[in-house]
Amino acid sequence: MRISGKVWKYGDNVNTDVIFPGKYTYTLTEPAEMAAHALEDLDPTFATAVQPGDIIVAGRNWGCGSSREQAVLCLKAAGVGAIVAVSFARLFYRNAINNGLPAIICPAAAAALEHGEWAEVDLAAAEIRSAAGVFPFPPFPPSVQRILAEGGLIPYLKQQLATERL
Amino acid sequence: MGHTFAEKLLARNAGLTSVQPGQVIDATPDLVLSHDNTAAIIRTWRQLELPRVKHPERLAIVLDHAAPAPTTQHAQNHAEIRRFVAEQGISHFFDIGRGICHQVLCEEGLIRPGMLVLGADSHSTHYGALGAFGAGIGRSEVAALWATGTLWLRVPESLKITVTGWPGEWVSAKDIGLYIIGQLGADAGNYASVELHGETIAQLSMESRFVLPNLMAEMGVKNAWMAPDQVALEWVRSHQQDATSEFAAHFFSQAVYPDPDAQYAAEFTFDVTELEPQIACPHAVDNVVPISQVAGTRIQQAFIGTCTNARLEDLAVAARILHGRRVHPGTRLLVIPASAQVLRAAVRRGYLDTLLAAGAVIGPPGCGPCMGNHLGVPAPGEVTISTANRNFRGRMGTRDAEIYLASPAVVAASAVTGCITHPAELE
Ligand code: SF4
Repeated sequence: MRISGKVWKYGDNVNTDVIFPGKYTYTLTEPAEMAAHALEDLDPTFATAVQPGDIIVAGRNWGCGSSREQAVLCLKAAGVGAIVAVSFARLFYRNAINNGLPAIICPAAAAALEHGEWAEVDLAAAEIRSAAGVFPFPPFPPSVQRILAEGGLIPYLKQQLATERL
Repeated sequence: MGHTFAEKLLARNAGLTSVQPGQVIDATPDLVLSHDNTAAIIRTWRQLELPRVKHPERLAIVLDHAAPAPTTQHAQNHAEIRRFVAEQGISHFFDIGRGICHQVLCEEGLIRPGMLVLGADSHSTHYGALGAFGAGIGRSEVAALWATGTLWLRVPESLKITVTGWPGEWVSAKDIGLYIIGQLGADAGNYASVELHGETIAQLSMESRFVLPNLMAEMGVKNAWMAPDQVALEWVRSHQQDATSEFAAHFFSQAVYPDPDAQYAAEFTFDVTELEPQIACPHAVDNVVPISQVAGTRIQQAFIGTCTNARLEDLAVAARILHGRRVHPGTRLLVIPASAQVLRAAVRRGYLDTLLAAGAVIGPPGCGPCMGNHLGVPAPGEVTISTANRNFRGRMGTRDAEIYLASPAVVAASAVTGCITHPAELE
């Protein structure tokens, strides 16, 4: 699976309240509505300009704070294809994998990639490519790969339950 | 070689003799928490087309985040949750007004040492104060747990934090927690299990102890643990109307303690003898300074509430400071007790009368304005000082508003003067 698009670069400790404000968490449920508020309190230009396949590149501890899954869903609905960071907060990391959004830990790429440049994430080859070079990252463990391949935990579980019923 | 609390508890839970950090296990939680977000979880769970949740007796649902409902949509969510609770026969259901989920589950005796508690809430680390393994998970994961009863968990590395020394009168568990986060940073505990050790921790009251595992979520930890003891048992028992002697006997039956020779990824010691009250400044919980650096900053709103600091002892210190004083003109003080039990006790002891006489606004037990849903959203440009655990931009519902975090004593003193104030200055 390959993802390619423009890089949106942000810093360290970007928290879930600026990714998807808490005031919307019980009222906005449609993906398009959620996408319209993605990163609202961090980068007001993001939601209108982001294109399908774009890649967020961030520093340490991306997604710290709340367990809210909309922080992942709003980015996915906005078209974000992958997030590359120095590190992720654990709840965001779990939520990303469980919703089929590749969260890639790659400090070298996070340092080298520039805002606005084109980059490509190749999940099968476990590599990130851009004008700045090729950056390998450790492949996901098989259990995580299976969840990502099915598009998230719920589709994966649905398939598992269906197999059990046979 | 010995093992940490997390390693011992997760090994036992997974039916293994021992586990190592980094290992992925299939965990079976004893209790699964969700709150107002249960409505969204129900919709996800319905996609799995199962007639029943697997273990309804292991679910706990508390309506607290936007309660009572501020909008039609919130009300519809609540109604959907109530229907689901009836349909699935979920007995651990606490409707609006009972209080904040973490407080209520502890009061109700649903949390015991050595339990594995997973919650669709990042502050599920709270349960470590009673010696349980409490960790936050996402909504899809809760839906998966309803379906199967098990979930993958990575065995975390463990950090040992030892706190020593006894600080001065106006320094509380909140100050100790903010200080640790300020020193170590917002990602210092990412993926890790934190154990809190030391004489200072052991001497804290139970109500103060709850503050620390709750706040440790702001260091990114998976869980945070304290040794459960008689103080823990007495606190839980005192909140039980019908606590039996079996309750006490059963309380410690699953307790897990780390081995003395356990291996930690890192160890830290903090001596808090000289500590001043600590303040987390906008817009990050690890942006912590001693109060002397920000004293005098004007505030418009003071908020005593949330799962971090709205228990009886927090209202007691606020009442003590506000006794015979008035909230400063141009400043508003919101007080939202953590639970109905706290509210009743505060009424009985006269704290509410004192707070109302001082000009405070009292809200119904619940999360209140903590996450910007209702009951105290600040205007743009306003400054709030709050006893909460999070001060991120926009947290209370307004992007261009500032939030300072402090202890209940500092928030109460600041309400009196209209600016950030050390309580000792009022004397
Ligand atoms: S009081 Fe605040 S931090 Fe605690 S559970 Fe409620 S919203 Fe979360």
